[in-house]
Formats: sequence, structure tokens, C-alpha cells
Amino acid sequence: MPLLEARDVHGGYGGMNILNGVDMSIEADEIGVIVGPNGAGKSTMLKAIFGLLQVNQGEIRLRGEPITNLAPNKLVHMGMGFVPQENNIFPSLSVEENLEMGAYIRPSGVSRMLEQIYEFFPPLLDKRRQPAGELSGGQRQMVAMGRALMVEPSVLLLDEPTAGLSPLFMNEIFERVKKINAAGVGILMVEQHAKQALAIAHKGFVLAAGYNRFTDTGEALLNDPEVAKSFLGG
Amino acid sequence: MNELVFFINNVVVAGSVTGSIYAMGAIGVTLVFSIMRFAHFAHADMMTLGAFVVLLLSLAFPGAGSVVGLPTAIVMLPIAMVVTAAVAVGIDKAFYKPLRSHGVKPIVIVIGSLGVTLMLQGLLRLFAGTSPQNMYVAERKEIYRLELPFEAVTRPVIVTEPQVILFILVVAAVVGLHLFLNKTRTGKAMRAMSDNPDLARASGINTNHIVSVTWIIVGGLATMAGTLLSMDVTFKPDLSFFLLLPIFAAAIVGGVGHPYGAIAGGFVVGFAETLAVFNWAVLLRPFQERLPDWLELPNNLAFVGTEYKIVVPFFILVAILVWRPTGIFKGKVI
Amino acid sequence: MTTSKTTDRTAPRRLPLRELILFGALFVAILGVYAVMGPAYSTRMLVEAACYAIIALGLTIQWGYAGQFNAGVMGFVALGGFCAMFFGIPVNEAFWDSQLPGELGRVLLYLVGAVLLVWGATKLDRLGVPKRLRTIIAVVLAVVLYLVVISLLREVTGEIRSQAGFIGGLGLPSWIGWIAGGALAGFIGYYIGHICLGLRSDYLAIATLGIAEIIKAFLKNSDWLTRGTATVSPLPWPTPGPSDLGFVLARAVYLSLTAVVIAGIFFLLHRAYHAPWGRMIRAIRDNEVSSAAMGKDINKRRLEIFVFGCILMGIGGAALTNFNSIFDPQGYLPLNHTFLVLVMVILGGPGNNLGTIFGAVLVYIIWIMSEPLALFLMNIAVYIGEGWFGWEPPSNISSRALQARVFVIGLLISLVLRYAPRGLMPEKVPHHH
Repeated sequence: MPLLEARDVHGGYGGMNILNGVDMSIEADEIGVIVGPNGAGKSTMLKAIFGLLQVNQGEIRLRGEPITNLAPNKLVHMGMGFVPQENNIFPSLSVEENLEMGAYIRPSGVSRMLEQIYEFFPPLLDKRRQPAGELSGGQRQMVAMGRALMVEPSVLLLDEPTAGLSPLFMNEIFERVKKINAAGVGILMVEQHAKQALAIAHKGFVLAAGYNRFTDTGEALLNDPEVAKSFLGG
Repeated sequence: MNELVFFINNVVVAGSVTGSIYAMGAIGVTLVFSIMRFAHFAHADMMTLGAFVVLLLSLAFPGAGSVVGLPTAIVMLPIAMVVTAAVAVGIDKAFYKPLRSHGVKPIVIVIGSLGVTLMLQGLLRLFAGTSPQNMYVAERKEIYRLELPFEAVTRPVIVTEPQVILFILVVAAVVGLHLFLNKTRTGKAMRAMSDNPDLARASGINTNHIVSVTWIIVGGLATMAGTLLSMDVTFKPDLSFFLLLPIFAAAIVGGVGHPYGAIAGGFVVGFAETLAVFNWAVLLRPFQERLPDWLELPNNLAFVGTEYKIVVPFFILVAILVWRPTGIFKGKVI
Repeated sequence: MTTSKTTDRTAPRRLPLRELILFGALFVAILGVYAVMGPAYSTRMLVEAACYAIIALGLTIQWGYAGQFNAGVMGFVALGGFCAMFFGIPVNEAFWDSQLPGELGRVLLYLVGAVLLVWGATKLDRLGVPKRLRTIIAVVLAVVLYLVVISLLREVTGEIRSQAGFIGGLGLPSWIGWIAGGALAGFIGYYIGHICLGLRSDYLAIATLGIAEIIKAFLKNSDWLTRGTATVSPLPWPTPGPSDLGFVLARAVYLSLTAVVIAGIFFLLHRAYHAPWGRMIRAIRDNEVSSAAMGKDINKRRLEIFVFGCILMGIGGAALTNFNSIFDPQGYLPLNHTFLVLVMVILGGPGNNLGTIFGAVLVYIIWIMSEPLALFLMNIAVYIGEGWFGWEPPSNISSRALQARVFVIGLLISLVLRYAPRGLMPEKVPHHH
């Protein structure tokens, strides 16, 4: 049974469909990457999974259970973590408080989880008393991911985690993502940096105009000349 | 040297008293602003309501104070805080929440809060009448006269009992609020919601619960401030009238959405008011002989007459809006 | 734009059934008041309602057209009332024949000089003075000069009060006072709007609330200018007074004057609303971001609206005070002159001029009639309480009964906002397909 499965998803804002039938599925130990041109519906798909917009047709399942149009806080309880692209931290709260807020619904194992998060993101340990808003872009992204990981999700949705970061930080973030995945968290992420992201992906989904143009393993997509020509910039 | 004592009594003590009251009011305004994103015009009337509840309780149990050795009003304060907090939560449920869930612009909720202001005022005047009433029902207000150990000083520094209690309670409230916001899970969630409501919701924080907690704190603080002010002066149903502008000015000066800023803002506005109505000629008169002859000190050298006191918070408000709309502590919302 | 015009023209004109029914009901209510209270009382009520309608039109363009919430209507009304008094009442010979005008003029000259000096000090950095030092110099200079001027002013105004009472009026025709009232209110509104309109709308509400209280405090305490709590009366009417025509006819003539003013304002607003300017205003209200993106100067448009609204409030206030023929600074109550007007606007339909006039007349009738009604209900309650339970009512029961009206106005605001946020006559937004 796949960890996360979406079949023929249609949806959008206010009656206007942006998604016109998207399929995707990842297994428990996989990294799935959604790539595609601007306006293809990549972030929209992530929001549709996390219940932030209306799905009009199709079905989404988490470990076989239907979760279509469930409210975000229910999904958090079911083991799904979501990191929005923007405004994904509490800027005036300290790094540690940001992480604690991630575990708001499950306050029991906080200290154990904090340790684990600092292991994933060592730079955060030194800054744990500092307001998160004062950190650099890459470190903020770590705080955001750490916050979502605090409830030990089985699947983590990342919306362009490397947007606006320098190449150095970008690689660092990708390394962390691999590490988190190795610890047993399924990952579905949207990325602009398609080549680098597909390189660490087990599965890749190339969206265009709201539906799947290509679906394959990351490696296969990287090597597909047609994908390379149209979507990876040659 | 008596002039100095005069200065201490009329500026240092009076300013601290006014500042403490404004600070407590401004914390309430700023908390509502940071959680619900609207200017709560009914806040000053909540302060009056709290004081009125204390007055009613004191009238019902006038002897309660002498048992513990405190003024009856102070003994009744905790109960009144609970009552007012419950009323505040109820007002939110009945009047603000429906507007919020309709997704109206914040300014519509501001108008809604004006409606609540009028309702509270109407009820207070209906039940309390319009004449001032003494909060000390059964006992006498203690006045402490502190003689200063200097030869030239013949007049004492005067502090009243409610003022002393006010200072103690303000410190307690600020420390308590600080610990609550920084050490408890709910307090941190409140700050989180003020920072980023969407992310707070996505983290599973129950925003309705946070809103209720906010109203409980706001109602409690309002009761405390209203009661102590009424104890220091008298209880009047139109108390709110003189409070609304200063506490908003204080909240904006401190940076809206910033509780510590609100405290600072409260004292800034409070001291500005007392300094502005203070007659500086009193301090300058001892030096009259040393001044040149052509410079004759007028009798009244106050910046504004007491009747124009309301100009001071307004002037501060306008100045801060022109030069630094985010306030001295960089508020979140402008 | 061209397409929208054609749709406007070709759209079939629906019979305005809702408006007809509402105005019909209002007409019946007015007839009822006439039958019960007599023509003199009822005509007075109508004139006051008409004055409130002018004020309410001012608020409806601020709140309804542009979404600006002015919580200080009372202040602008009071400014209008002050001008109606100051321009209309006769010249005070006792003041002008003494040396006092010269002294007052001298102090005002000092004031101008002091302002110029401080202004000059703020420009000292152009001469190479360090900025921090300049700020200190300017602030110290401002404080010292302020204290000097205010002491001199206190002296002169004290003299005026003791020798001449107050400076009196200008003895000009009253309608000049109305225009001046509008101008003064617009002038103050310009500065308030200039400071607040770029910020969150809440700040405008707080600032207008403040300025209203300051205006009132000034008018109340400046005995030398307004006689303060001693009040000024009578104020000569722009129309023939009751002594010439009798109460009913004189009031009816005054009513027709206000009706002409309302008609003029209504016509102008109607034109403006359907002109490109009105469309732009509504576009800004409904979607600030996209209008800004289209390169519209939002703040300038908003300032125009705000100032225009304040002008109408000033004119309405002048008309109202002039009609009551007494200038009493303490008579300007936030309750009557701000919140009642607010209820008129949101109940009638913000942004709909006709609805606003309807709301003004309806709410004012209810307000006026609620006074005897509240007393009547209270008396019944007292009667029942005394007779059945032996309850002894407090002595000031009647003044307390009137306070219940405050509660009702508050409740009305809350209910309308919740259940009929667009009022009884909602703004008809022309749809451009």
C-alpha cells in the first residue's frame, strides 16, 4: 500500500480548477518531487493534499485511508506535516519555541523530539534561544522543517524549501531532506530547482497545466531527453 | 525644597499612578489587537464594568475587608475579575465572533465594538446612575504621609493606600503576564497566533481556545485597572471617556501587538500628561531672585490647562503616527 | 469603460418597489407623528432630521463609498455649529471699541512669529548644523516659545473675558457661517486624513475620536471665543424667524432651505458616483491592491473623499445648530452626533444616498419618539414594581430611563452589522459584464 496516493485530483480556488486530474503516489521511504513550469499547479497540488483548498473530484489517500478535503489540523493528527513556502515560521518566537509549537498537539515527547531535530539541523542548536525572525533564510527553512517534524509525521510536504536560497544553502537543505528521509519520513516536495531535486528523488512528477505530463523515477526523468528539453532547461 | 516635594507628589507619584493604569489598559488593547487584529473600542468600558462589579460586591459584603485586613474592594477584586472575564468571553461569542466568522474587514468589528461600548455604557448608567460613588464602602481610605529627612522640607510626600496596592499589583500583573507568555504552552501559542495565525492553525493550535484565553486575560486586567483607578479617585460610569484615547495612544506608542511596548507606552503617556499639566512656575519660583528683572514669571506655566489634558495623548498619538507608526518597540500591525 | 456605459443604458429599469414601500412607510410614520404631536413639534423634528441627513450623507461617502470609519462626526458637527454662531451673531461693541482687539492681534502675530522661528530652526541643518543639535535646538525653542505665547494668550483672553465677556460674532448673514463651517471642518479633516489615511483604518477611527473630543474641549473652555458653558443664543436664522411668520411656517421655510441643500448635495453626489471618479473610488474600496497596481493615486482619492465628507458634516452641523438657535459646546454629544449618525448610515444602506436620507429620517423619528416611550415604559415598570412588590424606585428614575436609549443604539449597531450589513437599501453596485 502506498504511503500517499492521489488519483485524478481536480481542484482550485473559487470554482476555477487549477488541477485537472493529477495522479501521484509515493511509498513510505521515498522522496517524491513535483516539478514543472510556473502555473502548472505544483504548489496547488500540495495545498490540495493538505486540505487548504477544495478538491472537486478525485481522491487522496494516506496509508489507504481517504483524506480528501480533510481539515489541516486533522491531517496533522494523522501524521502529515506541511511546510508552506512563505510565512512558515513564527518570527518573534525563539527557535525552540517555534519547534515546540510544532508539537502543540502532542506535548508529551517534546524534549526527545527537540534533540532529534537538533541532530537533523545542528546549526539550530546554537541559535535555539534566538528569535527565528533574525535567522538567515536557510536557517529559517530549517526551523520551518523542524517545526513540521516535531509531531513525527509519516509524510512531510515541502513547498519549495530552497526558494530564494543561495546554491550553497540549497545543497545543504537537500542534504537534510535526504537525511530526514533516511530516518523513515516519506517526503513530497515541490521544487523549482528541478535538476538538483530530481537527483535526490525516488519519484518525480512533471506537471503542466494541471495534470501529469511525465511520471517516473527521478533518475529516469533526469535522463529523459524530452523532459530535459522542455522542463529542465536543456 | 518644598517645591521638590510638590513636584514628587504631582508628577512622580501622579505620573506613576496614571502610567500604571494606562499601561494595564494598553496591554489589554494590544493583546486583542495582536490576536484578533482589531482596535477594541469597548476596552475602557470593560474597565468600568469591572470596577462596577467590584462596587456591587463590596456593597453586598461590606465587612469582608476587615476580616483579612485589606480594603473590601481588593478582597472582591479576584471574584470581579472572574465575572468580568466571563462577560468578556460572552461578549466575544455574541458580538465579535459572528462578525469574524463572516470574514468582515477589521474595521467592521471596530464598529461592532463601538456598539458594545454603547451597550455597556447604557447598562452601567441604567444600573449605577450617573453620579460618582466611593469605592470604599465600609472603611476609610488610608493615606500615607512620608516625611523626608531634610531640614528644609516641611511637607510630606503623600501616597494613598490604593496607589501602593496599584504599584504592587501592576508589578505582579506584568511579571505574571511575562511568565505566562514565555513559559506556558498556551502563552506561547498566543504569541504564535499573534505572529502567524495561519501557521498556528496549521500546527493544530485551537484558535478559538486562544481567543477565549485572550479575553479572560483582557477582562481580568481591565477589572484590575478599572478598580484601582476608581479606588484612587471615585467610581463613575463615564470613567471610560477619559481612558479610551490615552490607552490607545499608549498601545500605539509602544507598538501595537507588543505587550512590553504597551507598558512603556502607558508610562510615557501617563508621565507626559502629568508633566504637561504641571505648573512649572512652582519649580522656577525659588530662582526668581536670580533671574533678570525683565523676566517675570507668570503664575501659570503649565503647558496645557487640566481641561485640555486630552490634548496630550492625542498629540503623542499624532506625533507617533507621523514619525514612527510602528511605535517605539516596532509593533506588528500598522 | 465604453461597454459599461452601454450596459448601464440598456439595462431595463426595474420598478424600485423596495424603495417605494420603504419611503411610503416612512411617510405614513411622519403623518402619524403630525397627528399625535401637532405640526409645530413635528416640523421641528423634520428640520432636525433634514440636518442630520446632511451630516449622514457626509458619513455615507466616507464609510459607504470609501470604507473610512470616522468616529468623530461630533467634532466636525461642532465646528460647523461654531462657525454658524461666530459668523451669524451680532458684533460685540464692548470688545471692538476697547484696546483688546489690538492686543489679541499682537499675540496672534507673536504666534505666527514663533511658528516661523521654530520652522526655521528645523531647517538649520541646511546651514551645516548637525542634525541632532538642530533637533535639540528646534525642540527647546518650540517649548520656550510655546510657553511664552500661551502665557500671553492666557493673559489676553482673561482680559477679554473680564472686560467684554467674549469677542462676539461678525454679524454676517448666517449662510456664510454654513459655508465657513464646511470649510473649517474640511480643513481639519484634511490634516487628520493626511496623517491617518495611509495607515490601517483603525487608526483613522482612533484619531477622529480624539480630534472630536479636543474640538469639544476647546469650544467648551474658550470662554473668550464661545462663552463656553454660558452658551450663545439666539442665532439669527438665514430664513425669516418665528417672530415674523409664526412657528410652523418659519420652521417650514427653514425645512425647505435644508431640503434645497440636500437636493443640491444629492445631485452632486449622484453625478460624482456615476462619473469615472466614483468608479475609481469604489474600485479602491473593493480592491485596494489591484487599484494601486493600476497606477491610481489611492491616498489622494481617499483624502478627497474624507475631506468632502467632513465638509458636509460641517455644513450639516451649522444648519442644525443654527436651527436650534443656541450654541452650547456641551450640547455636542458623541452619542447623538456620532453614533446616531452612524446608525442612520448603516441602517439606511452605506453608499446609497437615498438609503442614507431614508435612514436619517427614520432613525431620527425613532430617536425622538423613544424619549416619551422610554419614560412611559419606565413608569409602567415603576407602577408594577411599587404596586405588586413594594419596590421603591430610585429617585432619578427618569434620567436613568433615558440611558436605556444608549443601550438600544448600541444594540442596533450590533444587530444591523450582523444581520443586515448592507442596510435596508443596499448600495446598487452596477455590474459591468
